[in-house]
Amino acid sequence: MAKRFITLLLIALLAYMFLPFIVEVDETSQLNRVAEKYVTAGPLELGAANLVTAVIVTYRGLDTLGEIVVLFIAAVGIGFLLRKPSKKKIAAPKRSSSEILRTGSDFLIPLLILFGVYIFTHGHLTPGGGFQGGVVLTSAALLFMLSNTEARFNKQLTEVIESVSGIFYLIIGILGLILAGGFLDSRFLQLGEMGRLFSAGAIPIIYSIIGIKVGMELIGILEKLRKEEI
Amino acid sequence: MTVISILGFILIIIGLWGMLTQKNIIKMIIGFSIIDTGLHLVIVSIGFIKGRTAPIISKAVEGLDTGKNFIDPVPSALVLTAIVIGLAITALMLVYAVKLFRFKRSLQIEDFEELKW
Repeated sequence: MAKRFITLLLIALLAYMFLPFIVEVDETSQLNRVAEKYVTAGPLELGAANLVTAVIVTYRGLDTLGEIVVLFIAAVGIGFLLRKPSKKKIAAPKRSSSEILRTGSDFLIPLLILFGVYIFTHGHLTPGGGFQGGVVLTSAALLFMLSNTEARFNKQLTEVIESVSGIFYLIIGILGLILAGGFLDSRFLQLGEMGRLFSAGAIPIIYSIIGIKVGMELIGILEKLRKEEI
Repeated sequence: MTVISILGFILIIIGLWGMLTQKNIIKMIIGFSIIDTGLHLVIVSIGFIKGRTAPIISKAVEGLDTGKNFIDPVPSALVLTAIVIGLAITALMLVYAVKLFRFKRSLQIEDFEELKW
């Protein structure tokens, strides 16, 4: 009874905390100064059609680097926690995947890989980008794992590709420091014509690298989780 | 505030209720994910301005003043970051759940009494 009371009290306090947000905060009708600058100067300075991408990759590039580091640390933590195989092994009964799943995944996997690559190479033009594209690549890998229960991904290869793309990301950041305005500045390449695939300086390259890195990171996590026998 | 932010706050409250009342560790993790989603909705709704469109330059907004027709891109970028971090944290929590299950062969929180007082 006391437990339930404390729970209700906590939830009521949280709801009370949110009340001013709902009652007092007015809807914004204008952009603040930072956003105003990003929206008006972004297309001219960076040549990116998708301004969210311009904010993520260039204006707040350091945040994105930190985000990738957090994802990497989480992957390392998962690898650390699962390093020892279980002592008591109760393996689930193995059975091969069904005909429908196998045929469907043979059809879908190439399309999913193509779609993932499309999403992360067109991140500066359309909604989407490196993280979303990387996750679509991972979904292709997951479908492959479900349909081919025996096949294994090469763990070393995914780790090497992931590390190499991480190093390239940093190298591009330092190139921006040397050749353009600052760390992770994407303007050291030609801006080109807005709306083309090869435009917006180094943004498509950076986002492709992020896409490959995120995809390989998540495939590594899936692989680590899959071989677990609980 | 907008309906979206109210919905986000409701989701946060539901998620906290789930984390506090459920006994199964997997259900607690689901509660965390619901809080995460509600928070994303709230942040996105802060950046929304009525009558404006997503900050992507296309034919529809060609020639118009971008400063007067686009919503705030910063909350959208922040939510993108938050979604990825949330994914990483959820994966880490699920691995902890695997470890706890291996230790006690149970996912009910009552079975873990070592730190109970």
